[in-house]
Amino acid sequence: MSQLLLGLVNGSFYAMLSLGLAVIFGLLNVINFSHGALYMMGAFAAYVGVTSFGLNYWTMLVLAPLIVGAFGILIERTMLRWLYRFDHLYGLLLTFGITLLLEGVFRSFFGVSGQTLDVPDALSGATDLGFMILPNYRAWVVLASSVVCLATWFTIEKTRLGAYLRAGTENPKLVEAFGVNVPLMVTLTYGFGVALAGFAGVLAAPVINVTPLMGSNLIIVVFAVVVIGGMGSILGSIVTGLALGVIEGLTRVFYPEASEVVVFVVMVVVLLLRPAGLFGQER
Amino acid sequence: MNRKLVYGLVLVVALAAPFVGYPVFLMKLLCFGLFACAFNLLIGYTGLLSFGHAAFFGGAGYVTGYALTALGLPFEVAIVLGVLASAALGLVMGLLAIRRQGIYFAMITLALAQMVYFAALRAPFTHGEDGLQGVPRGKLLGVLDLGNDLTLYFVVLAICTAGYALIVRTVHSPFGQVLKAIKENEARAMSLGYDVDRYKLVAFVLSAALAGLAGATKTVVLGFETLTDVHWTMSGLVILMTLVGGMGTLAGPVLGAFLIVALENQLGDLGNFLAETTHVEWFASLGESVGIVTGFIFVACVLLFRRGIVGEIAAALSRTGRRREAA
Repeated sequence: MSQLLLGLVNGSFYAMLSLGLAVIFGLLNVINFSHGALYMMGAFAAYVGVTSFGLNYWTMLVLAPLIVGAFGILIERTMLRWLYRFDHLYGLLLTFGITLLLEGVFRSFFGVSGQTLDVPDALSGATDLGFMILPNYRAWVVLASSVVCLATWFTIEKTRLGAYLRAGTENPKLVEAFGVNVPLMVTLTYGFGVALAGFAGVLAAPVINVTPLMGSNLIIVVFAVVVIGGMGSILGSIVTGLALGVIEGLTRVFYPEASEVVVFVVMVVVLLLRPAGLFGQER
Repeated sequence: MNRKLVYGLVLVVALAAPFVGYPVFLMKLLCFGLFACAFNLLIGYTGLLSFGHAAFFGGAGYVTGYALTALGLPFEVAIVLGVLASAALGLVMGLLAIRRQGIYFAMITLALAQMVYFAALRAPFTHGEDGLQGVPRGKLLGVLDLGNDLTLYFVVLAICTAGYALIVRTVHSPFGQVLKAIKENEARAMSLGYDVDRYKLVAFVLSAALAGLAGATKTVVLGFETLTDVHWTMSGLVILMTLVGGMGTLAGPVLGAFLIVALENQLGDLGNFLAETTHVEWFASLGESVGIVTGFIFVACVLLFRRGIVGEIAAALSRTGRRREAA
C-alpha cells in the first residue's frame, strides 16, 4: 500500500509537469526541455528560502512558483520569443541549452550532493487509517497537486480566459484579430506553465533529495508520459501522469528491477498499439 | 578544382597531424567528428532530430569493448559487432520513433535511449558505474600491432574517412535527394509516391550504424567505455557539435566536433588563463563547469547563428557571389 501511495506521489509530479508541458506546447508549439530544470529551481528556491531566509514552508509554497514563473517570463521575453518564426525544434534546443546552463549554475553553488528540506510541522507524522499508515505529508502532496491540476483544468475548459487560450491554440492570428493580446497571453502561459513546475518542485523538496540533477532525471520520464498521453487533452495528461505513477509504484512492489524503465516500456507498447497516444491527435 | 585543393590540403594535414600533435587526442577528435556527421545525416539531411544518439555511440562502444576484453575477439570482428549492434538498436528505435513526427520523434528517441542507459547501468557485462576498463587494442588482421599510437592513428583515420565518404556519397545519391525532399516537405514527398517511413527508417539505421562505428572506434582508442557515452548529455553534446559547425553541411559537424572536444579538453587551462588575466576568481573554476559553458554555447548558437560556422561562411560567400554577379 505504501508503495502505491508513493506511486501516487510520483504520479502527481508527473501530472503537474506534463500538464505544464501540454499547456505550453498548446500555445507556443515548444517542448520546454527546461521544465525539469525549473522544477529543480522551485525546489532549491524553497530550500534556500527556508534555510537561509527563515521563511516558512507555506510562504515558499506561494513564493517559489512566483519566482520560477517570473524567471520563465524572462526566458520567454528575452529568448524564446525570437524563435517562434523558425522550426519548432529550435525551441527544444534552446530550452535544452538553458537546462544545461541552469544545472551548471546550481551545481557550482550547491554541489552535487543532495539537500533535504524538513517536512513542515503541521504535516509531519502519520495517520493510522487502520489498514495502513498514511504519512501526512504524502497525502498532502497528492491532495495539493490534484487541486492545482483540477483548478487548471477548470480554468482552461470552463472560463472565458480559458476560452481565449483554447482559441489561441487553434488559431492565434484570428484571436489576435479579435483584439486579444496574444503575445502577452503567450508570455503569461509560459510563466504559468513553468510556475506549475516550480510548485511541483516545492512539494517535492521535503520528500526527495534536492540536487541540481533532480529535474533532468524526471523530465525524460515526463516526456515519455507526454508521448503516452498525447498533448491534445488537459485532463488526459493529468490522468496519464497519475496512472503512470501508480503503475511505477506497483512495479516497484512486484518487480523492482523494472521500476526505472516501466514508463518507457508502457510508451513502447502504446506506440505500437496507438501511435497517436491515448488522448492525442496528430497535429 | 577548388574542392580538390581543399580535400588535398585536409589530407596532408590529417597525415602530418600525429607527428605534431598527441595521437590519442587526435583520434578522439576524429571519432567525435564521425559521430557528429552520422548525427547530421538525420537532422541536416532528413530533418529528424534524434535525442538518443548516445545509445548508438555508447551501445556500440560497450559491445566492442566486451568483445575485445571478455571474448578476446580480434579488432576487426569487435568493431563489426559493435556496428551491427548499433544498427540493430537503430532498427528497433527507428521503427518505434518514426511512428510519430516532429517534436514527438525527439522525445521518443530520448526516452528509448534512456532505456539503453538503464540497461547499461544494470546489465552484468557492462560493470555498472565502473564501466569497461583496460580494453585491449589487439592487432589489425592479426599482423599490424595497434598498441602503437601512430599505427592506430592511421587505421582510425582510414575508418573515419571511409565513414565520412559513405555519408558524402549517401547525401549526393538519389536516396539522399529523397531524404532532402522529405526534410523540405514530407507531405509532398509522400504524395510523389515515396514510401517516406521506409526512407526515414533506412536513414535512421544508417546514422545509427555510423554513430556506432564512431563509438566502437573510440572505445578501442581510449581503452575504456563508461556510462558517460550512453548518457543523455552525450546525445545533447552531439547535437551541439552539429549545431556549432552547421546542420546540413558536410564539413560543419566535423569542425563543430573538433571545437567542442578541444574546448572541453582545454577548458581548465582556459579558465586559469582568464582568471590570471582578468583577476576574476570565478574563471578558475571554469574547468569544473563544462555544463555552464556548453549550455551557454547552445543558447548563443540557437539565438544568434542557427546556420553554424560552416553554414554562415557558405551563406556569406553566396551573398558576395550574388553581389558580384549583380555588379
